[in-house]
This record gives sequence, C-alpha cells and structure tokens, in this order.
Amino acid sequence: MSWQLTAADLPDLARGATLLGTGGGGDPYIGKMLVERVLGDGSITILDPDELADDLFVIPTAQMGAPTVMIEKIPAGTEPTLALRTLEDHLGRRADATMPIECGGINSMIPLIVAAETGLPVVDADGMGRAFPGLSMETFAVYGVHGSPLALAGERGERVIIDTGDDDRQMEWLARGITIRLGGVGHIAEYAMSGADVKRTAVPRTISMALDLGRAIRLARESHRSPFDAIAETLAPTLYSHVRELFVGKVTDVERRTTDGFAKGRAEISSLDPGSAERFEISFQNENLVARQDGVVVAIVPDLICVVDHESAEPITTEGLRYGQRVRVLGISTPEMMRTPAALAAFGPTAFGLNEPFVPVESRA
Amino acid sequence: MHIGIDVGGTNTDAVLMDGTRVLAGVKHSTTPDVTSGIVQAIEDLRSGHAFAGADIDAVMIGTTHFINALVQAKRLAPTAALRLGLPATKALPPLVDWPEALVAAISARSYLAHGGYEFDGRPISPLDPDELRAHAADMKAAGIRSVAVSSVFSPVNHDLEVEAGRIIAEELGPDVAISLSHEIGRIGLLERENATIINAALRELAAEIVDGLSTAVRKQGIEAPIFLSQNDGTLMDEDYVRLYPVATFASGPTNSMRGAALTSGLETCAVVDVGGTTADIGLLINGFPRETSNEVKVAGIRTNFRMPDVLSLGIGGGSIVDIETGEVGPESVGYRLTSEALVFGGSTLTATDIAVAAGRADIGDPSKVAHLDPALVQRVLARIAERVAEAVDRMRTSPEPIPVVAVGGGSILLPDELTLFGTVHRPENYAVANAIGASIAQVGGEIDKVYAIEPGRRDAALAEVRAEAIDKAIAAGASPKTVTIVDFDEVPIPYLPGNATRIRVKAVGDLDMGV
Repeated sequence: MSWQLTAADLPDLARGATLLGTGGGGDPYIGKMLVERVLGDGSITILDPDELADDLFVIPTAQMGAPTVMIEKIPAGTEPTLALRTLEDHLGRRADATMPIECGGINSMIPLIVAAETGLPVVDADGMGRAFPGLSMETFAVYGVHGSPLALAGERGERVIIDTGDDDRQMEWLARGITIRLGGVGHIAEYAMSGADVKRTAVPRTISMALDLGRAIRLARESHRSPFDAIAETLAPTLYSHVRELFVGKVTDVERRTTDGFAKGRAEISSLDPGSAERFEISFQNENLVARQDGVVVAIVPDLICVVDHESAEPITTEGLRYGQRVRVLGISTPEMMRTPAALAAFGPTAFGLNEPFVPVESRA
Repeated sequence: MHIGIDVGGTNTDAVLMDGTRVLAGVKHSTTPDVTSGIVQAIEDLRSGHAFAGADIDAVMIGTTHFINALVQAKRLAPTAALRLGLPATKALPPLVDWPEALVAAISARSYLAHGGYEFDGRPISPLDPDELRAHAADMKAAGIRSVAVSSVFSPVNHDLEVEAGRIIAEELGPDVAISLSHEIGRIGLLERENATIINAALRELAAEIVDGLSTAVRKQGIEAPIFLSQNDGTLMDEDYVRLYPVATFASGPTNSMRGAALTSGLETCAVVDVGGTTADIGLLINGFPRETSNEVKVAGIRTNFRMPDVLSLGIGGGSIVDIETGEVGPESVGYRLTSEALVFGGSTLTATDIAVAAGRADIGDPSKVAHLDPALVQRVLARIAERVAEAVDRMRTSPEPIPVVAVGGGSILLPDELTLFGTVHRPENYAVANAIGASIAQVGGEIDKVYAIEPGRRDAALAEVRAEAIDKAIAAGASPKTVTIVDFDEVPIPYLPGNATRIRVKAVGDLDMGV
C-alpha cells in the first residue's frame, strides 16, 4: 500500500538510514534539513514496489561524493531536481516516480527532496539495500538494469550526461572525476527503469524499514526498553530477518588512511571485561566490510556490520569512531538477492579485495 | 602570586595561589552585579593571606555569564548572519536550525552572498563588493549592532571571510562588531556559523563584563593582566574575550576537573564532582578533560564546540532517598537542603542525612537521624558507590586502572574505596576546585583544516601543521619552552584524490608570566 511521509518522520528515518549506512553513506542530518525546508507541512507519497504498474517510469536520484564536503558546502538546493530534469530531457520522457539508489546514509533523503519539490512519488525500494562506495554496486546492475545514461548536476547549474552503455564501472569512474571538479559533491539521476524492472531488480521496502528502525529505537528509549530488542523485533518480519550481536566492547584503536580515494582503515574493539583477552576488529572502506573476532571472520560484506552506542543504540559512522567509545557491533543479514553469485561478484568480499568467502552472518557458529 | 576566581550561578569562589600552592581559598554568594561579589572575594583572600596589589602576577576568572545570557536569551545584541558561498548553500540559509525565540531575541537577519572556497582552495565564486555593501545598508537600516561572517571552507582559506568583514565594517563603522567564523569554529559550516552568530550576539555583553571584571580587580590595586578560562581548560586574555566570548561556554566543568587534578597531584584520572543535585563524572587525560565527540547543542542550537565529556548522575547531597527501595535521586531538594533535610529539622530524607547518619559528615543535628536503620544507611551508601563506580567505568578509556578523585560538597557521599578503582582521592580545598582550576589554566592554540597532502610529503605537512599550532599557542601567551602538542587527529576525506586529510592539532603551554 502506498503511504504518506511527513516532516515528522524525518528524524526517525535519518536514524534508521544511518544504521543501514553500516558505517558509511554520510550523515543524513543535512539531508534531513534539506527535505524539511522543501516539504514544510506537506507530505510525500511513498509507493509500495509490489503495486507499481509495469510501465511506470522511475528515475532514481542521489548524491555522490565526500560526506565531509557536504557538511561544509551545503547544496544550492536546485541540484537534485536539475539532475532529474536533465536526464528526462535527454531521454525525452518524464519520470512518474523517483527512488533511492542507496537506502543507507544521506542518499535516503535526496529522492525525498526531489519528491517534495516536484510532487513525484517515491518508490519504497533501493539498489544497494545498505550503503556502498560505488555507483556500480547496485542490485539494479546485477540484475540487468544499467546506470547509463547518467545525469550529473552541480550548484552552478552545470549539467553533464555520461553514457557508457553497459559498463557501470566506467560510468562510476567518469562521474567520480567530474564530481571532484565540481568541488567534491555532485547530484545524479541514473538507472532509469520501468516498474517491472523495479520489481525484478530493487531491494524492496527499504525506506519504510529505515523509518521503522529509527522509530523503534526512539520509542524503546522513550519507554526505557532495550533498543536492541526493538531493532531485532523490527527486522524479524523483513528480508533482513537475522540480527546478531557480534561483540560488546570499547573502541581501543582506530586507524584510517586514504587509499585510491577511499577512507580505508580498521577499528579495534576490546572486551569490557578487563580479564578478557578477546580481540574484535572491523575493517572498513567508507563502510564496514568485515568483522573478525580473534582473527576469525564473524560477518562480511554484503551483510551489514553496524557499530552502535552501547546503550542508546545510536548508530556510529566510521568517521565518528573514537577511542574509548562503548559500543555494540550488530551483524544483520541481507536479502537473498544481495547474496547470489552475481551479486557477490558486484559487491561481495572479492569486489573489495578480501580473500575470505562470503558466509551468511546467521549461519556462522 | 596569582588569583583564581570562579563565578558560578550560586557561588563565587576565589583562591590565592603561589605557583600551584593554595595560600588561601574563599567561597561567597554570587551577587547580581557580579563585580561586588568579586571585590568581596578578593578582600576575603587578603584577610586570609595578606598581599599587595603589585604581588599579583595574573588574575584568572572562570564565568558562566555568557552561556547563561544565551540560555536565558537576555542582553543579546541585534545580530546579522552573513554567509559567503553562493550559488552553493542557498538551500539552508544561516539561522535555519535556530529556535524561533532566540532568532527573535537577537533580532536576527540572515544574508547570503557570493564567495567561499572549495575543499581544495579553488574559489566557488568571486566576492561581490556591491552585493556586500547592499547587505550592509540593509543591516544598518535594521539596527544591526553585531555581524557574524561565515564562508564555505574558511578553515581551509579565510581570505574572503576577512575581506568581506572589512567591507562590512567599512560600511557600518567601528561601533558594529564583526565576528569571523574561521576564528571560531571548525569544519562543518552550520555548526561553525552557529557558534559565530552566538559569539556575535554576545559581543556587547562581553565588552560590558570585561569592563566590570577589570574595574573590580583594578579597584583592589591589582594591575596584573586578567584572563578568562575557555572550554578546553586554556586561558584567554581580556582583549580576546571581547572578541570571542563564546569560547568561555563550557569552562565550568573544565575548571573543576583541572582543579581536582592539581590538588590531587594526578594528571590522568576520573573526577567525580558531587554537588547538590548531580554527580558529574569526567575524565582527565594528561591534565586535560576528554572532550565529547558528539555534536553539542547549546540552548537548542547545534554547534561544534569542544566540550568536556561529562556524564551526570542524579546523585547529590540534596538527592531524595526512597526509604523503601534505598534508591537515591534523581529528585533533589536542591537549595532547600538547609530547611528540608532531616538534619536541618525538615521532613525529607536526603542523601546528606544518610552521610551524617553514617558518621561521614558532621552537618546539622546528627541526633535527628539517629533513628535511621543502620542497614538502610549502609544499603543506600553501597548503592551510591555502585552507581558511581559503574559510571566511572563507563567513562574510562582503557582497561588500565584509573585513579578516582572526588570533589564538591556532596563528595561526602562517596566511600573511601570504590570497587574496581581502589582508594578515592580527596584533595584539600576540594570545595574551591573550580577556582583552583581557573588559576592554573594554560594557554593553547588549535588548528583544524583540510589539507591536500602530496605523496611523500606527509611528514613535512604534519610538521607544518604542528608548527602552526605551536605558533598560535605562543601568540596566545604561552611560554615558548613549555609548549607541547597535546592532541592530534588525522582523518582522510573519502572519495577525494590527493590524500585530502582533515587534521586537528592542539598545542598548549604554561602562561608566560614574565618571570
């Protein structure tokens, strides 16, 4: 069923989207304010993917670039819709709806800005089911919908069309270069597709799931219940049905370096029990990639590895990790469509240069 | 010798110090006009330990005036916020996330103009002097008396911010104060801009207060320089306070922690400051409070101030005790302790009554609590000890044992031994720890910028940043040979080439007292 999203939902959505960002995806705070400004007292229609007409024309919208730039150079506000209009003009066809390409982090908010501005509905689905560091890491691409042509817009009204045919990696590479010239952040419209394509290639109901997660965490805190139970209860009936508490401890070391344009690094978390020698380690590339306990993998990409505050369950991004924080690490299972051989080739361990095979978080001992 | 004064909401504490030795300490009620409270405190110090005005090398003052003015929305100047960044940033203009009442309290006006830089120092757009002059004319017509100027990526390059400030000042004249964001905050436009607007709104009050403080001190025949303590436990001189009053915001807890450290002789410790209503627990690492990594909201405004990370428990001397469960707080009789507590003839069982019944304190009339069940008394104290120990454990950053220092009037509630942490240190002069903290504060310099580090040049680049922070500390008054780097943080910016890296460095040193 379609439903209406209002400004009152945004803080919960932002919290849930940060959790699904699995350490990356950028802080949705600015994104949330951008939506609030355009939306006012209005509402946005959110469409259930199962109910889409097969010939509905959907153009996803997003932002790409460095979250650190976004907190300093705030958008003019015109960019996301300009990207959409540019792709529409190029294709000679108007969109019936927009959709996120990434439900984790700030990209949960960009399609909402477009929707609030244009009146278009937003499809409750996305192409990452979490956050990933590249435009080609999409279930859309895995199942045969390609990103090109892509429209990119900047705050001065610059517009660029990139068409690399079926080569989504080349599209990502070129778009990344232009984004840097634009000052580190660009707004994009890409992966134009039909309603039938959405049903076949998108991870369904991730906006409503993010909203439910954020709301459940808040309500649990307000009623002094465990927010961790609330997370598990919220996810149980979804495609992300397994939640496992991988570790509880204190951040004892964080190491970061920039390699190939990515923030790579590792965080070490030690047991709260002073007598324990257990060592837990998370490696990340913008997002958390792999978690190891005493050298043994306990969760690996594309499953979600989420670091949250030990008590409040507030999600902590890799940039926000600090020595001394008390945290819990949650492993969350991803939908089957994100675990097929084709999906794992696009965004599984090997896509990040990891040698360990993918093993579902719920089937580990 | 030097004098430390802490002007709190309730009490004005003062200490006379010789180096790090306390010669005299006094406590007074804060007076509405502040200065007479300070005059009184200094006179009391003099009667405790005679000194001549010329003996005093420096006066260090910690005050909650400025944060209180903001929280109460009182005595704030009509303020304009001007941001350079067009065509970017238009979507969220200045003051976008401010509570309406505060926007009204500062008769705020918000302006956008061209200018600003990209992360790598390329200009977003050139400055447009005519546009700025038109904005200035509008400010003038609206009766604006203070202006906050912010600019995109001004922590990377502040040239345009300085230039815009100059143009606005030219139009508005010398009586209108200009605050520039790169001098106040870090990366994060909205938070830095918010701090700058708060600073701008406080500039008139700052002039008034600094004049008042210095008049009070000069009246005592003391000609020594006056310093105020900042959020991070370092000092600023009076001219600096006139320009950056916002930097005093969180000096209260910082001073209490540093005072506790000095009096206990511990550089790295957990400090438990037990007052009437709360027990505030903070961590001191190498003499400085650990700062919170979360965004800090002040009076409902999101900022990125460096604030000490303090965990507050609802346990204090005035906390109400539940006879059935033995639980303490969070409700407190507060300032009514001297009428409502059992030992003062009241009818409410408070934590202070428990401490007196246990023989830990001699306050009021002990016979009024003689009837309390010793088992209950022990249970309540054990529960307090357990909760405080748990909180300290939550705050500490490594499994290494960390000493615990107790200060504040309510610290009589704490046991001599704490599970996991051993002996609780109770320094002398614990009641005036805040004033001591103010008196020993150091001076510092901080750098926070995004750098594009070329391959193989990392060490050289980091050395440059460190040198810049050290120069800033020396410029602030630190004695060059005492300056050291106390904090260093390096965060690469993802997705960008050229190893764009955000670097934060803080250097501090002892105040150069000209000896």
